[in-house]
Amino acid sequence: MHQDAEYWNPEFELLDREAIETLQLQRLKETLERCDRSPFYKEWFQKAGFDPASIASLADIARLPLMDKATLRNTDPTSFLTVGMEDIVRMHSSSGTSGQATVIFHTAGDINTWSNMVARCIYMAGVRRSDVFQNMMGYGLFTGGLGLHYAAERIGAMVIPAGSGNSKRQIQLMMEFNTTVIHIIPSYALYLLEVFKEMGVDPRRDTHLRIAVLGAEPHTEGLRSRVQEAYGLEAFNCYGLSEMSGPGVAFECPEKKGLHVWEDYYLLEVVDPVTMQTVEEGEEGELVFTSLCREGMPLLRYRTRDLASTYAGDCACGRSHRRISRIKGRSDDMFIVKGVNIFPMQVEKILLAALGIGSNYRIILDTIESKDEMRVLVEVSGEMWHGEVNELNRLKAGIAEELRREILISPVIELVEPGSLSQTEGKAVRVTDKRNQARRD
Amino acid sequence: MAQQINVFAQNQPGRLERLTQVLMEIGINIRAITISGSEDYGVLKLLVDDPPKAFEALQVEGFSAFMKDVVAVVMDDQPGGLFRVCRALGERGVNVEDAYGFVVKDRQTAILVIEVEKIPEAEEIVTGAGFRIMSDEELYSL
Ligand SMILES: [Zn+2]
Repeated sequence: MHQDAEYWNPEFELLDREAIETLQLQRLKETLERCDRSPFYKEWFQKAGFDPASIASLADIARLPLMDKATLRNTDPTSFLTVGMEDIVRMHSSSGTSGQATVIFHTAGDINTWSNMVARCIYMAGVRRSDVFQNMMGYGLFTGGLGLHYAAERIGAMVIPAGSGNSKRQIQLMMEFNTTVIHIIPSYALYLLEVFKEMGVDPRRDTHLRIAVLGAEPHTEGLRSRVQEAYGLEAFNCYGLSEMSGPGVAFECPEKKGLHVWEDYYLLEVVDPVTMQTVEEGEEGELVFTSLCREGMPLLRYRTRDLASTYAGDCACGRSHRRISRIKGRSDDMFIVKGVNIFPMQVEKILLAALGIGSNYRIILDTIESKDEMRVLVEVSGEMWHGEVNELNRLKAGIAEELRREILISPVIELVEPGSLSQTEGKAVRVTDKRNQARRD
Repeated sequence: MAQQINVFAQNQPGRLERLTQVLMEIGINIRAITISGSEDYGVLKLLVDDPPKAFEALQVEGFSAFMKDVVAVVMDDQPGGLFRVCRALGERGVNVEDAYGFVVKDRQTAILVIEVEKIPEAEEIVTGAGFRIMSDEELYSL
């Protein structure tokens, strides 16, 4: 691979729409044929009255029922296999925070395909063999760490398998080995700025960082800008889920107008999360994926619960793979206050606009006198004010007004001391719903 | 120029205690302390004997703190001093953002600490009105 080439897989990345769809149909047919060897799918097809050989167009996939995390949880994962267990070389498992963990099995071919796909992503962002890639994601059962690790090695970059947490050590590694690329959870990137400050290190001046891969957590444009500015680098949004192998299912090109979904690997549908009907191009809906290249454990019409919209048309980067917007929320983390549907991302967007910076916040939902109450706790950081109480009063009133405009209800805004919304070294907890507890009392 | 430290604090039990403990542990003496605020949070204003040291310690402990330039006016012990200072500033269009006073050990002298936007101008006005401005060295060593 010539490292001055612009594309990692030009033969697939530059396919036009028609060629992509032809390839998708061919691979979909192969996938369905393979699925017919799995005990689970055999029964799944039978129940749905679906003949895998009857697929004539991509739209025919809609004749199959959708599956989701519950389908995986309630099924013996080995029954999905289209190969013998001896052909499986790895398993990954997603966090079981809201129920039993789900398991995905991979063949050697699956790991190879996935590694190549993620290499394509980070090569697109500008990662080359001369780079030092500090992988600040959890290794182990979580796919984030290993997915990017294999990809960066495949490109030939030097990988520092730092894993998650241990903030001071992370910064020391960056300094000692001249890290140029980081793979990091966006909220942790913000948190790490505080540690940089404590250590008297300026990431812009004192490191060689030039690229950040932001993954494992939906985030806003404002948060990206904040990371870019504070670290002095280009940040790229990475989307993926363990059920579709892991990170790299979609990734931003340098145009940064949406994330390209690799359609030679996945068939994407965007559906209304209530009616399950395909939405119009550009309309927001839930992302549903069908794997087109997975050998061991293909998944068909898998509901991600992630909400996004697609962009129409080809991208200026030369790729015709469809682009999705940032993830705007999850169809299951939406909460309802006083009858209004609200996503945490909406609150985050307002806070970023009002404060001009990323700030720690927490949404608390409670029942007060049998009515819903929504409180938004915001940490006061040094960059938000200059020491006068009037500034804080104005800030608070401003946030309240902007939120009321965005979400149509008036939450209580509380300013809290820095550090009081304990930020862990992982995904940030944004919403605490105490309403059910209150009802039980 | 004299400086005080402004710190954001929630109105919750134990917050003032933690803050003063941080300062006590590094041997900072507090000359004066006031709180301006609203129902659930406020800004503590601290006049201490070593502002840069206190500021650094508070930052390290995670407080959202600022060093603010202030004017320390020596007041004679007659009634109406505060009024005369404020009037002199007001006549020249200098807005007093906040002010507080305290009496020093000898119990003869009172100090009025004022926060204004235009510090050099305020100092000139106050001096012109016949008041003495305390230097920062003098203030910190009270
Ligand atoms: Zn593009």
